[in-house]
Amino acid sequence: MSFRLTIHRTEPAPSEVGPVAVDLAMPSDVDKVGTVVELMAGQCFAGQAPCARTAFRLKVTLAEALSNAILRGNGADPDKQVFVHAELTSEVIRLSVQDQGPGLDPARWEAGPILPEELESEGGRGLFIIKHLADQVGFSDQGNTIWMTLPRS
Amino acid sequence: MGFTKTANGRGVTVVRIEGQLIVGNRQELKALIQDSLEAGDRKFLIDCSQTAYIDSSGLGALVTISKKVRENGGDLRLAGLNDDLRSLFELTKLDALFTIVPTVDDGLAGF
Repeated sequence: MSFRLTIHRTEPAPSEVGPVAVDLAMPSDVDKVGTVVELMAGQCFAGQAPCARTAFRLKVTLAEALSNAILRGNGADPDKQVFVHAELTSEVIRLSVQDQGPGLDPARWEAGPILPEELESEGGRGLFIIKHLADQVGFSDQGNTIWMTLPRS
Repeated sequence: MGFTKTANGRGVTVVRIEGQLIVGNRQELKALIQDSLEAGDRKFLIDCSQTAYIDSSGLGALVTISKKVRENGGDLRLAGLNDDLRSLFELTKLDALFTIVPTVDDGLAGF
């Protein structure tokens, strides 16, 4: 399977770098997550010099969102895709990740296994990490799209 | 990108994570540690000095690996975490579950 990477750019206002829109569709294949994260990070920070902390936050939260979309949303169904959309202004990255599943209730995974007796749990940390690393997080009503914002610098 | 396993000659197996530990490669790390356990290795030092980022799947894999090593009478430690990785372990409270040392040399000296 190959990636389809489509980049749309609107004419930036004289005083701004963006807005720029980046769209990417990927198969429900966890082996591709690392590559997509690097591609999107490259797009989101093009022309910018992000601090290491910001790049780290973007990569972790995007990997989490893609992983959730592939495994939980799409149930790893190879016939379903995951759609990544980024809107970039000079200061803010707004990322959304949409799967083709029926939609999930995000409240089920928000807490995270942080109590002492829960620490040895292998899973359940994804949304917890996203909520703490992103500036803002939200979900579509249907529950198959997560969006988040991060600083661009 | 990937995992590099080296033996230090004093019974410690050092596994360096290069790039990232995420949903796509966590099984590879699990298999590597499992093979090492079956080969008789019991002391593991995970070198994160070349690790850019870890997601929740990667953290979960480390939790499971650590548990398995302890169940086999062994010990697993983490070394070389940068500030971002360290903060991720603190956020998820996993710093309480792992022995985390500043450098690989510190880890080797501690075994």
